[in-house]
This record gives sequence, C-alpha cells and structure tokens, in this order.
Amino acid sequence: MIPAPFDYIAAESTAHAVDLLESLGDDAKLLAGGHSLLPMMKLRLAAPSVLIDIGGLAELIGIRVDGDELVIGAATPHAALATSDLVRTEAPLLAHSAAQVGDPQIRHRGTIGGSLAHADPAADLPMALVALGGSVDLLGQGGTRNVAAEDFFAGYFETALEPGELVAAARVPRRPGAAWGYQKFVRRANDWAIVGAAAIDGRIALANMGPVPLRAHAAEQALADGASPAEAAELAADGTEPGEDVHADRAYRQHLARVLTRRALEHRT
Amino acid sequence: MRVELTVNGQQRSDDVEPRLLLVHYLREVCGLRAANVGCDTTSCGACTVLLNGSSVKSCTVLTVQATGRQVTTAEGLAADGELHPVQAAFRQEHGLQCGFCTPGMVMAAVGLLSENPNPTEAEVREGLEGNFCRCTGYHNIVRAVLAAAADASAAPAETAGPVEAEPAEVAG
Repeated sequence: MIPAPFDYIAAESTAHAVDLLESLGDDAKLLAGGHSLLPMMKLRLAAPSVLIDIGGLAELIGIRVDGDELVIGAATPHAALATSDLVRTEAPLLAHSAAQVGDPQIRHRGTIGGSLAHADPAADLPMALVALGGSVDLLGQGGTRNVAAEDFFAGYFETALEPGELVAAARVPRRPGAAWGYQKFVRRANDWAIVGAAAIDGRIALANMGPVPLRAHAAEQALADGASPAEAAELAADGTEPGEDVHADRAYRQHLARVLTRRALEHRT
Repeated sequence: MRVELTVNGQQRSDDVEPRLLLVHYLREVCGLRAANVGCDTTSCGACTVLLNGSSVKSCTVLTVQATGRQVTTAEGLAADGELHPVQAAFRQEHGLQCGFCTPGMVMAAVGLLSENPNPTEAEVREGLEGNFCRCTGYHNIVRAVLAAAADASAAPAETAGPVEAEPAEVAG
C-alpha cells in the first residue's frame, strides 16, 4: 500500500512548524513518528497534501522536571518513556503505559504527542494521562496554552487542538510512591485495548469505554466513601455507553470495565 | 526530493518521492531484498530494519524520515564473510522454517540484544512480540536468540567472531 502523493517539509523549529500550519491550513498534517498517520495514509483514509515533519526537532524531545511536574516533549518516543529512570520513579504508571503500546519497533517510532493528538479512546497513553491528572501544552501563533487531559480529549479521534496548533509537551504530576494499577484486555499481542483501566491512588481512568478516555467517577466516589476496591469496581461502568464492535458488545465491555477496575485497584503497587 | 543516508555503512544520495516507504526504497532503489513486505500494516515485522541502531518496521517509515540516519538491513550484518552471531545462532538452532520472517526476526533480535544483552526467555519472547512467524517456529527462534546472547561475542557486530569457532566462550 502506497500513500497518495504529498509534499514533505522538515520543520526547522516549532515556530517554523506553527508558521507552516498557519499558512498551509487544513491541507497540512504534522508528522512525528508517523505510526498513526502513515498507516491511515497507506489505507488512503487520510491524504494530506503536505506533511510537516516535527519528529526531528530537539526542542520536542526529552523528559525534564518542572517543579512538581514531569514535562515530556511531544516527539519523545514510547521506548524512551518506558525506559526512563526519571519517569519510572516519578510517574511509574506512565512508564508502564508507554511499555504497553504496540511492540518494540512501534515504541521506537511512535511518540507521546502523536498518540495524544491522534486521540484513539482505546490507546494507552490517553488513558494514562487522564488517570494521572496530566495536561498538554499546545503551541500556536499566540503562544502556549495548557489544557487538562480531560478537556483535551473531545471525542473519537478528536481533541481541543485548534487549527494551527501543535502538541508541544505532556505534563504529569510527579507522584513517586503513589499506588497504581494498570489493566489492559487484548485479544492479540500488540493490540489496542478492548477495555483498559488505570488507577492511581483513588483516581480511575478507563480506555475504550466511550469516545474519550473516561474517569470512573462513581467508583472513585465509592472509594472515597470507604468502599472496598471490589465494591467500588462494581460501579466502574456506571454511566458509560461504550461502542460495540466485532470484539465486544456493550454489556461485555461494561463487564470488563468492572473486572479490570477491580484488578487495577487490588493490584495497585 | 533528495535524501542522504547511510545504508549498511555506505553513504547514499538518491532522489525519491516523499511517499516512498523505506522498505520500498531498500528493496527497489538499493536492491536490498532481505527486508520483506509481509502484512504492510505495521504488524508482522517482516520488514524490520535498524534505524540508528533501533529496530523499526520499514513499511511504516518514509524514506525521507531516514535522512541523515543509518539504516542497517540483514545484508549489512555479516562482516568479512562471517555471519553475524545472531545469524549464526539462527542457523545453529534452526531458527527458521520457510524463512520469510527470518530477516525481520534477525534484525529485531539484533536490536533487542543491543538494548538487553542478557535477556531471559520471557524477555526474548516479549522482545520479539512485533514479529510474526506464520510457520509458528517460535521455539527455535527464541532458542537462537538466547544462544546468541549466551555467546560472549554476540554483543557488538564490529567485534563479533564466528560462533561455531568459539564453543568454549562464556558469556561475560
């Protein structure tokens, strides 16, 4: 399979990339690792006329501490997150989540910014960012704005990114020692979650239980009110309307959400 | 557009369409046909090559994204007529059946061992998660990777010697 023809521009800086987005408009797409975009282009589900490559920009790559947050450059690949001592110490749920994406080759190329901007509700990193209470830095002509993870994801493959903006970084609170659990149910190795559940302390996020990664608010409230993990997990699917597909119908996904939430809570480490 | 990159140690400069996938560049422009197109959907790993030393699926990389980088294919592993230790281990342990997945398996294994020189069996199986063998010949593939890891000369390709000539070598 071969993508439709397009022009390719390697951005020289994020400012250059933002300028290009502004001038080229909707015909342009950003490219970093390309592990969501290129498969769609090969299937001709996407056919941008210009690709702006930001994958090689040093200013978008790397992990640093900023006060009580970790800041992860958008073009940082999953493998770097998964193996970073800093991330493993300060946000181990995020390192674990990155290690669940695809397979080693995919983790060498795919980036956190790409995964978040792609906004697949079944993906690992969007769920992790919501569980952790993280946020994203969005860069546009007017400068950088910060958007909470729960406000960033707007629908299936839809985000709060405005035209002309790019994801510059993800931010997560530093929480060394916080108890966390992570459950992902898949039919095949290296697949997306049929349902996923991530828990850290009393916060719970679910993957593929709706158009965006969801908080399990009812279960969280029950935990706060003193319920056991098993009791709280019974409420994990409350209010959800997950989609149905060849893998699972709605009732099965809701069953999985309860079971995986219980396991995530009971196996918090 | 013009791309300049290094393929198996050789500097190259070619005019390519931006949409040319790396696997097609390697096979059709460079004439290197070890990397196979299998699923063509980033799943099967038959097209695995090393990009700056890390394993990638070349069906999901644009040639232009490899500009300025080093690409290594299975053809680039053997040095001075001697098989790379991972290749030699695949032969020794019969880590192949039909052979279609083998170049990708070998490259994924070389990448894995560069990151984790002494993997457990479980780590080898997880490390090869992105490579499918439709003959289901996984047992011998895993044995081959473990055998390559156990050989002290298995780590850097530059210093690698022939595996079979050094049976007494012990992993360091």
